Amino acid sequence: MKKYDAIVIGAGHNGLCNAAYLAKAGLDVLVLERNPHIGGASVSRELYPGWTYTNCSYVCSLLRPEISRDLELARHGLQVVPYHGGVTFTQDGDHFGNYPDAERLYREMARHSRRDANAYERFEADVTKQTRLIRQFLLTTPPDPTSFKPRDLKGLLEMASAFTGMGEEGLLDTVRFWTMSIGDFLDEYFESDVIKAHLSGSGIIGTALGVYSPGTAYVLLHHYMGEVDGNVGAWGFARGGMGAVAEALASSFRAFGGEIVCDADVHRVIVERGRAAGVALADGTEHRAKLVVSNLDPKRTFLQCFDASDLPAPVVEQARNFKIRGSSGKLNIALDGLPTFKGLAPNSPLMLSDMHCTDSLERMERAYDDWKAGTWSKDPYVDTLIPTTVDPTMAPAGKHMMTVFVQYCPPALAEGPWTPQARDAFGQTVIDQIAEHSPNFKDLILDCEVRTPHELEDEVGLTEGNIFHGELTFDQLLFNRPFPGCAQYRGPLRGFYLCGSGTHPGGGVMAAPGANAAREILADLRRPDVTPPSYLND
Amino acid sequence: MTPHDNRMLLDTPFASRVQAACELREWEPWKGYASPIAYEDVELEYFAARNATGVFDLSPMTKYRIGGPDAEPYLNRLLTRDVRKIRPGRVGYTLWCNDAGMVLDDGTLFHLSQGDYRLCAQERCLDWLLTSALGLDVTIVDETAEVAALAVQGPTSCAALRAMGLEGLESLKPFGLRHYPFDGGELMVSRTGFTGDLGYEAWVAPAHAEALWDAMFAAGRNHLIRPMGNAALELARIEAGFIQAGVDFVPAEQVLRHGRARSPFELGLDWLVDFDKGHFTGRSALLREREQGSRFRFVRLDVEGNKPAPESFILNKRGKTVGHATSAAWCPSAKRNVALASLEMPWGRPEDELYAEIYYSRELRWTRIEARCRIIDGPIWDPPRRRQTPAPNF
Amino acid sequence: MTDATYDALIVGAGHNGLACAAYLASGGRKVLVLEAGERPGGLAATREFAEGFRVSAAAHLLNMLSPEVAKELALERHGLAYAARNLKTVVLPGNGRQLVIDGDRLEGASANDQAAFTEFQRRMRRYAKVLNRFCARPFPHLTERRGRDNRLLAKLAWDVRTLGKADMRELLRIGAINIHDVAEEQFENPLLKAALSMDAVLGSHMGPRSPNTVYAYLHRHLNDDGQGPALVKGGMGALGDAFAAAAEAAGATIRYGARIASIDLTDCRAAGVTLADGTNLAAALVVSNADLKSTFQLVGPLNLDAGFVRRVHNFRARGVTAKLHLALDGLPEFRGLNPADAGSRLLAATTMDGIEGAFNHAKYGECSPQPVMEVTIATVHDDSLAPPGKHVLSAVAQYAPYALKAGWRAGRETFMHSCLSQLEALAPGIGEQVIAAELLTPPDLEARFGLRGGHWHHGEIALDQALFTRPVPGANHYATPVPGLYLCGASAHPGGGLLGLAGRNAAKAILAGADAA
Repeated sequence: MKKYDAIVIGAGHNGLCNAAYLAKAGLDVLVLERNPHIGGASVSRELYPGWTYTNCSYVCSLLRPEISRDLELARHGLQVVPYHGGVTFTQDGDHFGNYPDAERLYREMARHSRRDANAYERFEADVTKQTRLIRQFLLTTPPDPTSFKPRDLKGLLEMASAFTGMGEEGLLDTVRFWTMSIGDFLDEYFESDVIKAHLSGSGIIGTALGVYSPGTAYVLLHHYMGEVDGNVGAWGFARGGMGAVAEALASSFRAFGGEIVCDADVHRVIVERGRAAGVALADGTEHRAKLVVSNLDPKRTFLQCFDASDLPAPVVEQARNFKIRGSSGKLNIALDGLPTFKGLAPNSPLMLSDMHCTDSLERMERAYDDWKAGTWSKDPYVDTLIPTTVDPTMAPAGKHMMTVFVQYCPPALAEGPWTPQARDAFGQTVIDQIAEHSPNFKDLILDCEVRTPHELEDEVGLTEGNIFHGELTFDQLLFNRPFPGCAQYRGPLRGFYLCGSGTHPGGGVMAAPGANAAREILADLRRPDVTPPSYLND
Repeated sequence: MTPHDNRMLLDTPFASRVQAACELREWEPWKGYASPIAYEDVELEYFAARNATGVFDLSPMTKYRIGGPDAEPYLNRLLTRDVRKIRPGRVGYTLWCNDAGMVLDDGTLFHLSQGDYRLCAQERCLDWLLTSALGLDVTIVDETAEVAALAVQGPTSCAALRAMGLEGLESLKPFGLRHYPFDGGELMVSRTGFTGDLGYEAWVAPAHAEALWDAMFAAGRNHLIRPMGNAALELARIEAGFIQAGVDFVPAEQVLRHGRARSPFELGLDWLVDFDKGHFTGRSALLREREQGSRFRFVRLDVEGNKPAPESFILNKRGKTVGHATSAAWCPSAKRNVALASLEMPWGRPEDELYAEIYYSRELRWTRIEARCRIIDGPIWDPPRRRQTPAPNF
Repeated sequence: MTDATYDALIVGAGHNGLACAAYLASGGRKVLVLEAGERPGGLAATREFAEGFRVSAAAHLLNMLSPEVAKELALERHGLAYAARNLKTVVLPGNGRQLVIDGDRLEGASANDQAAFTEFQRRMRRYAKVLNRFCARPFPHLTERRGRDNRLLAKLAWDVRTLGKADMRELLRIGAINIHDVAEEQFENPLLKAALSMDAVLGSHMGPRSPNTVYAYLHRHLNDDGQGPALVKGGMGALGDAFAAAAEAAGATIRYGARIASIDLTDCRAAGVTLADGTNLAAALVVSNADLKSTFQLVGPLNLDAGFVRRVHNFRARGVTAKLHLALDGLPEFRGLNPADAGSRLLAATTMDGIEGAFNHAKYGECSPQPVMEVTIATVHDDSLAPPGKHVLSAVAQYAPYALKAGWRAGRETFMHSCLSQLEALAPGIGEQVIAAELLTPPDLEARFGLRGGHWHHGEIALDQALFTRPVPGANHYATPVPGLYLCGASAHPGGGLLGLAGRNAAKAILAGADAA
């Protein structure tokens, strides 16, 4: 039987990125994907004839430019088109428009609060300070603070000096920022409910926390630290949907000689003499390799792909305690035309971007209270985009595709597991909310795919449907991600590695975990590092 | 709720006149308003301000009205100067700092009448003004859009304004202000400006803006009045040695990298800091800085040769970078090649041998020179008419 | 009248102010403590709320007091006595089986839970011990370090490392998360989980699911010997008396009825205070036991940098805790409670979801319709508090937000009723026994104790305002931006609870010559 140098479980973007770097370094790499298609949560699928749904992740910012360039993703077909704007509709029929032009934005903010319009400069500067701090760690392996190894001590010193380099007050503000709730943080800048609500969304997207839960300010940072073409914090559409990211990575991987097998459901990691030796598929097929890398989330990896007896007991315990909670749902909608929105001109630039219907922190928080009670938000927070306003490839001309990300939606309901009826009721809640602000919306719906955490888990394999492979709270960040002792991409047994979003620096179609894991693997193999260094962050 | 004004750039109250006069159609955004870079010729406009009268539309300038029982103590705590010394009818150039003693902005404080103030600034600062008002009884109103203003600068400016009927204006002292009835409303004239020359600023409600422009240009025709754009003003302000927020320093709350902000001392504005007036924001930090020394020195350099040194590194005689130029221009009236520069301490002493690294292109060929710089001690352009009262009636 | 004979004036005779006074006086300083009220202790107070019925007006249980402080100030010699120690905690089930926590021992829980609890207690005590090292001394500066700071930081880092890899990793994991998750991971019994949650949220604007509650739990157990809390004989006011006696014995003077109108500055330096009656008192140092916002209101914004005032303004001190006092005709009978345990610490909170649900309302400025409570009936152990045969019930009740949307005029009656209904369900007939009742809301606490926002800990104990960030940058080392003015109250590190450490640390910092930033 053929023995590969490496097997990567899962053809998500991180698995493919990891595989591409291993292949680039000359390894013989096999990627195994359970689904008939690659991409994991970075997929584009034609689920309604003529329409492409970017049906999990839907926008792109965090994808590290170093990787994108190094793996020549543009040559392999990836094009990211930046978008600007955004709007929050208010219950009184007005809205707050997040204009891309600074002065138009100022005037729009001033319409709600002149003070806020000015305070926004301070807010932006303060958040940017934090993004500058964190960005330098994205393409690095976190040091282990419990270790005395020179490399870890050096890493810790570097980290400490980056923090202390912000000055005494800057450091204290950093600590505050990392531990505060987004609601409290925004209260220090703004007085307008709708402006606070608009900005707070980034603090809770994908997370099972409310805007008043400490730690959510950092989650906002996670959504601000990306870039498109050097514009930090900017977001873009991948032309053709997020599947284009995976396709480009796969193409790059194949160009390095890599092999991808779909419909290959990994059942178990084969462990021999305390070492990962290959994988066994659900159909009984076995593949052998010198090392195995998992793109799956830590819970799924350790609790489903291993015999517990093959793992150290504390790791099983840690995996069990790993916080990975489904909190998001998704609607993908085929539209017969472009919907109109109350108060917006049909050609308003605000419609090119994220649209929301939640106009106060209280409504944001109440949406979370529903999740805690084990039901979907009855007045949810939605992040709605119509990519076809920018991307002509995803629907027939004149027709549109809408993606609606919904917060909050629990992995299971208080009364039991999800049922098709409950799923439809959830979908209807969302549609009704949007229809309040868009009179013709309902009439335009040709098809609607509703996805709860249940579908996300079932189809994509995300445990509980958590889009980030685990909560982005401080207990699971940096050297704590996924858990202390396992945060340097090495698994608890030889020859086994993690490369998914459950590792540093986390989820969001960044591809950094995949590249970082490759760097550690290559170091263990004593091969030259072929992963790209971080751009100088000045 | 007010409807949103969705235009990319707004018009100032003088827009109809400015647009008609602006032959070059070159605009740049200034705080959301369309502002002309030049009307027809930068040189002509600059010399109007130095030789006759140049008129500049400064309506987009940020303006706040400050009043209320605590206005004076509030301002005295906000600003580095002793506000009590700025009597009603007087104007003061001043700074405000954050707690760390780093400059947030500079601007002018108009003491309109007892306890009634207007603060004019380059940057918006309502957030900071309201922060500073926590616990105090003051009212702060952004009146940027409610006040239209023209800067009327140059040797014939007084004569031109008098010709408009502003009697007795010649007796107005520098940094004084006076009210005149105008067009059924009120015109305020202050003897202030950004050119370092004789000059005035005229302030009216937007409804009277066009009338003001028309009256002024009609009266000024014989005094060679001419509108001026941003480029000409920029040249005049460098020649005057004035600094500008966002150009010569970064407002402290916009700084991203620790240590990039500047204190008043580091901008050469020691004279604006009054430690004897009681507490003000940044006082403790500035006292500490005065004891322990500053990190930077702000200097005005006379650069050898005639090639301006914008964005130049400033080198010492060993070729080590010791700072950089923040603004630079060949100054036509002073006949000096001026650069404003921020240097690391201790550089910038009179005896230091400094060079500006200048790149310039001629027919696509770039040349790099190191031009010797000398520290300018004293004013660069300071004609006696700037201070004379009564103002000369050219 | 001026009086320049004191080295230090202390604003407020709360236990921290008195502790600070005692240490400063022992250090040779001439100290005058100024107290607006007529008795020492601040929140450590005993109050006669109905004729013949006395109760601890705020905190009613003592479990945090620093043993160092108690020993160094010889509080027991100065009159501190206990009516009962090592109280059990009983979670009242309403119906079903009660849960008793007696030290590390559980009654009414499974063997699994008992094993997990023993391990949990061991770990938490280890963490608390390390945390205590951070709390029992002024926190070092982090970037503008001096020699002493480096040594201290190295020592603290070493303290953390001595936990060993496994415990340290677990601390990294749980240090910033919520008690709900930790309890869910480790325990089965809902009453036990609720009990742990109550420890984490009492006095705080937090629910069991709020990240930071594990830290809050640790804070509460800072000086936990694993035995359970104590009741002070004569009510908590006796603790205040003991602190006052200790301060006076050390040479400090306490003046009562001295409400401070302002903290005065000369040449931008704290130089004394003016009392409400116009008296000026001068001293080289002013040390404030008042909460952060009150302190700097006394200084006045004009004497402070605007950015600092903004930080003080943003300090989160949203009180959500009310105090219910009932004078009872007899001992109430709680369902399922062994009468012998009536003198225990009783918790009226049966599930974490119930506590979280109660907290939800506080986020929106509403009172919990089903409040959760910590109840004591001190008269079981201390008959000095009520007429013979009568009893006093004291309950810390949550959540009752300071800024009640409906206003407290309307809200008081409703919340009182909610609390009584909860109690009635647990102890049917208790309503009949009530002779007199009193509810102290957060605004009442503010009015009575000068506590801005009515927050028991002077401000939220959350990681963004704990340890070296407490209370706010610029005032986080006891010294403040005003030279000569220091903080010594619960607003300062390590925060609230009847610890005595803030006062002790402040005195140490002052004696060591700490200056502003």
